Amino acid sequence: MPTHASPLTFVRTQTVPVSPPPRPRRGVVGWVRENLFSSIGNTVLTVFGVYLIAVTVPPVLDWAVFSATWSGTGREACLREGAGACWPFIDAKMGQFIYGRYPLDERWRVDWTFFIGVAALVPLLIPSLPYKGWNAVFLLVPYPIIAFILLTGGVFGLPEVETSLWGGMLVTLVVAITGIVASLPLGVLLALGRRSHLPVIRMLCIGFIEIWRGVPLITVLFMASVMLPLFLPEGVTFDKLLRCLVAVALFSAAYMAEVVRGGLQAIPRGQYEGAQALGLTYWQTMLFIILPQALKIVIPGIVNNFIALFKDTTLVLIIGLFDLLGIIQLNFTDAEWSTPQTAVTGYVFAAMVYFVICSGMSQYSRYMERRLDTGHRND
Amino acid sequence: MAGSQPPAQTGAQTGPQTGAVPRPALINDARVRAIVYQALTLAVVVWLGAEIWTNAVSNLERANIASGFGFLDTTAGFGIVQTLVPYTEESTYAQAFLVGLLNTLLVAVVGIVLATVLGFLVGIGSLSRNWLIRQICIVYVETMRNIPLLLHIFFWYFAVLRSVPGPRDSLEFLGSIFVNNRGVYFPRPVAEEGFGLVVMAVAVGIAISVGLARWAKQRRERTGQPFPVACASFGLCVGVPLVLFASIGQPLTFDYPVLQGFNFRGGLVMIPEFLSLLLALSIYSAAFIAENVRSGILAVNKGQTEAAYALGLQPGQTMRLVIIPQALRVIIPPLTSQYLNLTKNSSLAVAIAYPDLVSVFAGTVLNQTGQAVEILFLTMAVYLTLSLLTSLVMNWYNKKFALAER
Repeated sequence: MPTHASPLTFVRTQTVPVSPPPRPRRGVVGWVRENLFSSIGNTVLTVFGVYLIAVTVPPVLDWAVFSATWSGTGREACLREGAGACWPFIDAKMGQFIYGRYPLDERWRVDWTFFIGVAALVPLLIPSLPYKGWNAVFLLVPYPIIAFILLTGGVFGLPEVETSLWGGMLVTLVVAITGIVASLPLGVLLALGRRSHLPVIRMLCIGFIEIWRGVPLITVLFMASVMLPLFLPEGVTFDKLLRCLVAVALFSAAYMAEVVRGGLQAIPRGQYEGAQALGLTYWQTMLFIILPQALKIVIPGIVNNFIALFKDTTLVLIIGLFDLLGIIQLNFTDAEWSTPQTAVTGYVFAAMVYFVICSGMSQYSRYMERRLDTGHRND
Repeated sequence: MAGSQPPAQTGAQTGPQTGAVPRPALINDARVRAIVYQALTLAVVVWLGAEIWTNAVSNLERANIASGFGFLDTTAGFGIVQTLVPYTEESTYAQAFLVGLLNTLLVAVVGIVLATVLGFLVGIGSLSRNWLIRQICIVYVETMRNIPLLLHIFFWYFAVLRSVPGPRDSLEFLGSIFVNNRGVYFPRPVAEEGFGLVVMAVAVGIAISVGLARWAKQRRERTGQPFPVACASFGLCVGVPLVLFASIGQPLTFDYPVLQGFNFRGGLVMIPEFLSLLLALSIYSAAFIAENVRSGILAVNKGQTEAAYALGLQPGQTMRLVIIPQALRVIIPPLTSQYLNLTKNSSLAVAIAYPDLVSVFAGTVLNQTGQAVEILFLTMAVYLTLSLLTSLVMNWYNKKFALAER
């Protein structure tokens, strides 16, 4: 145990010089330094980001706002040298974009269908309002009948409007909403079937789900438009829009089934066993115990499905139905409005409409996810 | 069946000692009911199938449409703008099918590569410490995935690529790449005598690198000594072939596109349909992939990073050795389903007439022959096979890399 000073021992005799104060982390300067210029790499990234914004944003703004044509009644207004977006085109064609070729005098029927739907839907979406059950029942049972009568007509003195005249937002919404409403019960049944103990039913459900999920929607739509008529007995024909609706509903039911299955799998076994112990039958267990919990978990998944379906409705234009995108494209051929900017303006308008709707739905789903989170998930 | 509980309860355990318990009525016996339900379902399905079959046969007969796959051997009689295998108007429908299939695979594979690169960049960017980059990435994801794919395709095809100048005033890049409304023209590399040697050198380099990596891993596990595998492999696979290439007199020339008359001749051409479909697919899918990557990285517990730092690993090493291997386990399953979506979405090619499987086979051939059932069956079978193969690989992967839970 050596006590003498070894040459390696060092004892500091002076205090360490005072370090400079840390750089400010608050205030604008601190924030900028922390978030944008904290290191050389970070600074390079910031410069790159500024460059990206500089090359994209000003031209887009210039095109859409500063050089855009805002008023006019024909193509002349949009034919200036260096003209940007041709917004009067959208304004002039708005009626078509919403209703398609629906007869002018009958358009109030579309409006009413829309308003009744919104009036019933909004209270359902606001969590604090009561009577959710009745509201949902109204939307699922009487409302489709009312909508069908109002839109197609032929009874109660309403003139009949053929579906070949429908178009624009009307078709987009009809396809998307029918698809989702029809696919929900079908999807639940398929999901239950996939988890059934009966081998025949399980195999049939698995086969159905995997086949529809494995093929692109466009081939399904082709099938609906060329193959379905072949499968029906002679003399039975039905409308192109209806065939497309059937295809979309079956297609999205397969996706819905997988979403619901995810929810069913997340329900702990104790719930099934508890229901059995109470002597509930299979359907009682499912209806009163399992599905209410499972469907609540998968609400975000259902909304995501709906968003995907809403975007996929654009595909119906390939089989010759005029949804919003289809009718916008159809209007590019109008000689009255043929300018170099018409097409781009139309596409940008369509993109904005889809963006607002889809993004709104996903925001709402995130809100519901936070609200419905009862803290039972263990992550 | 509300009042059926008590007999159903006893039905399952027909008594060992209680001979007095009456056998339940057949309707309440769970096994009998299961069999009846299944038989009924099967009967309905079979009846539906038979009905469809007979209707289809009689409808086809009435419309005078041949059935069976014999049409595949008939001459197609139409041209296709982009073919990866030799194809002329005299080729058969079967060859048209093959051309369409290869075009689908081409756009899907190139699209998958581009979408993965872009998606990973954006996904990592949206977790960047740099506020500006983070915001740009978030805006990108939110915008791109909320706009329908078909709109992306139309935008690139009709709004962007249609507005570039004609062949005479092509945009020129690097003196040899030309962009005009007929497509993008690249110089085409032409291999000359001796180039095979270079290819062989690359193959040998890859083989040696694989062996080297295995040896290095074993040695590291035994002794803890690291070995610079990446540098060595790069030298073997790229450096050596390059030296060889230079030393035997650069046996590679380029076939440059030249303007002749109204269009370019020679070189490699990328048709606008391909380009717009590719751009739309990659940009759209990248947004989804970015979200998968972001959530995968977020799924790795923060404690992992802290533990790695506590062990003295550098941030780069932490990312490479600790975070990414764990994040990949979360990322890869949704990533494969995005790849599958991209492949299926490439069927939207039909909207801009890029000659993919759906456009060539379920479009043109269907219109010419009218044999809807066979053609749609074949088309769907292709996509179905692709998706089943993918899910098989996925299941294998999940089993192999699943966390071993205790």
